[in-house]
Amino acid sequence: MLRFLARRLLQAAPLLLVISVIVFLLIHSVPGGPLAIYLSNPNVRPQDIERLRRALGLDRPLWEQYWSWLIAFAQGDWGYSFSDGRPVGMRIVERVPATLELVATAITVALALALPAGIVAALRPRGWFDRTTTALAIAGISLPAFWFGLLLQIVFALGLGWLPSSGRTTFGGGGLVDHLQHLALPATVLAVVQAAAWSRYLRGSMIETLAQPFVVAARARGVPSRAVILRHALRNALGPVLAIVMVDAALLVSGAVVTESVFAWPGLGSLFTEALARRDYAVLMALLMLASTAIVAFNVVADTAHALLDPRVALR
Amino acid sequence: MMPALDGRGTLEPEPGRSVEIRPRSEGTAAALLLAVLLAAALAAPALAPYPPDHLDLDRRREAPSAAHWFGTDELGRDVLARVLYGARVSLAVGLLSAAVAGASGVAIGGVAGYAGGAIDSILMRGTDAMLAVPRLPLLMIATSVLQPSVPLLVLLIGLAGWMETARVVRAEFATLRGRGFVENARAAGAGHARIIGAHLLPNAAHVVIVSLTLAVARGILLESALSFFGVGVQPPRASWGNMLYQAQATLATEPWLAFAPGLFILMTTLSVNIVGDRLARR
Repeated sequence: MLRFLARRLLQAAPLLLVISVIVFLLIHSVPGGPLAIYLSNPNVRPQDIERLRRALGLDRPLWEQYWSWLIAFAQGDWGYSFSDGRPVGMRIVERVPATLELVATAITVALALALPAGIVAALRPRGWFDRTTTALAIAGISLPAFWFGLLLQIVFALGLGWLPSSGRTTFGGGGLVDHLQHLALPATVLAVVQAAAWSRYLRGSMIETLAQPFVVAARARGVPSRAVILRHALRNALGPVLAIVMVDAALLVSGAVVTESVFAWPGLGSLFTEALARRDYAVLMALLMLASTAIVAFNVVADTAHALLDPRVALR
Repeated sequence: MMPALDGRGTLEPEPGRSVEIRPRSEGTAAALLLAVLLAAALAAPALAPYPPDHLDLDRRREAPSAAHWFGTDELGRDVLARVLYGARVSLAVGLLSAAVAGASGVAIGGVAGYAGGAIDSILMRGTDAMLAVPRLPLLMIATSVLQPSVPLLVLLIGLAGWMETARVVRAEFATLRGRGFVENARAAGAGHARIIGAHLLPNAAHVVIVSLTLAVARGILLESALSFFGVGVQPPRASWGNMLYQAQATLATEPWLAFAPGLFILMTTLSVNIVGDRLARR
């Protein structure tokens, strides 16, 4: 077990190095480099830019800059935001709760939709329920999230006036009901897209498991159908699906950029779009690195969890 | 599929058979819809009732009517005309970026799967690394720093989308490599180019085509998302994404502006995904 984890972590380390090179080169390939924002500002004198370049070490060779950035980043020194001068870490940490709240709600709703749909669809492949959910799932996967968000805003916020169209709380307010009302639409957008994909994976995994000899044997022994489905088949079918769910969760935390922007949800996704609009490279680099690290880490966790749940997956 | 034997030993038609035909006809319907959308995009100059940048300042922000089926925008431009011209940009970016993604994916995955060993593990670690970087944020940074243009969008979206193809091609090549007919060809003196071109690629074509359809749908969604954030196709040229970007500002007063472009994106990605789903199940 420990050796398995150690191996996976050792494999993840070079992966993170490659990612850090990609992120670093991307930011530094900008014409004008990270200081591009000042170059276009007529109020900043050329000698000030030169001073900033030296202060930030941008006059040194690229590999030296990379190395010192990497060491500083690994030590938790993520630099200062260009737009308000505060430490990058602080700006990121204050946005985490909003994103976690949104993503956790969306994942809960998505699982509540995907689990029953995937199981029931797998019981009668090509039956009416399966055909309906398959059609809905393909539609959900094809749906552009930002358009779906705009439609929900038009119908439920602007048309019917039932729910607020954006933000996390009403200004000055902030009761539980107010909170949930703000959460409803963005969480629905994320949940629908995820539920569509997850129900498909679970359906496929369940159909495969239900055809296996041990399930047929359990039925032949007279185990009640409910128990066969839930205790024998589902437990085995769930492993690979949960691995996918975990990795998707990491992607959601980093990738709710679109949904958060449409609903002005003050989380990490909105921080990213704000930083992009202001060319705040310190923030952008930190966000991209953290998101990639989270995805790599969740991959390791998902593999480990899968191996622990299913003894057939060897701990190699 | 094999016909099922019933208890009396006679051959009964397989029970799922009558429904088997349905998804196939859905696939055909989706392919037809896709063809219609492509034809409409190509024929945009003939079909569009107005030029896409024709300003009619007396008829700004009009709701859908007989003269303007999808209404007019804040400059009095016809939304139907802009959606049709936008289709050219959006579909071109989707198809061409998928071609870029497919070509690089086949090259990288093919080399990795054929060569094996150290080359394989280096290329696949690179693939893993690219897969771990969130795609949309990466593209948003890249396009915003590099002055977005349509060819650049094609290139960047393609270069951000080769990983899935590379993985399936590598897996296919790695298993095919050890098969008898490849060994035979090698024993008969075929060179690397011949083995790859004549034996491996044709057998991997199926998985490549399926991954290409996914790449087309993803390319269209990414183009529209980038344009929606203002870092994709730039106005005044219309794309489905930047039409939605402009619609967002006046959602409360002119909701129809958001309707048509999104519907076209959905129709396209939906039909591409259904066609891909059918091909994958074959």
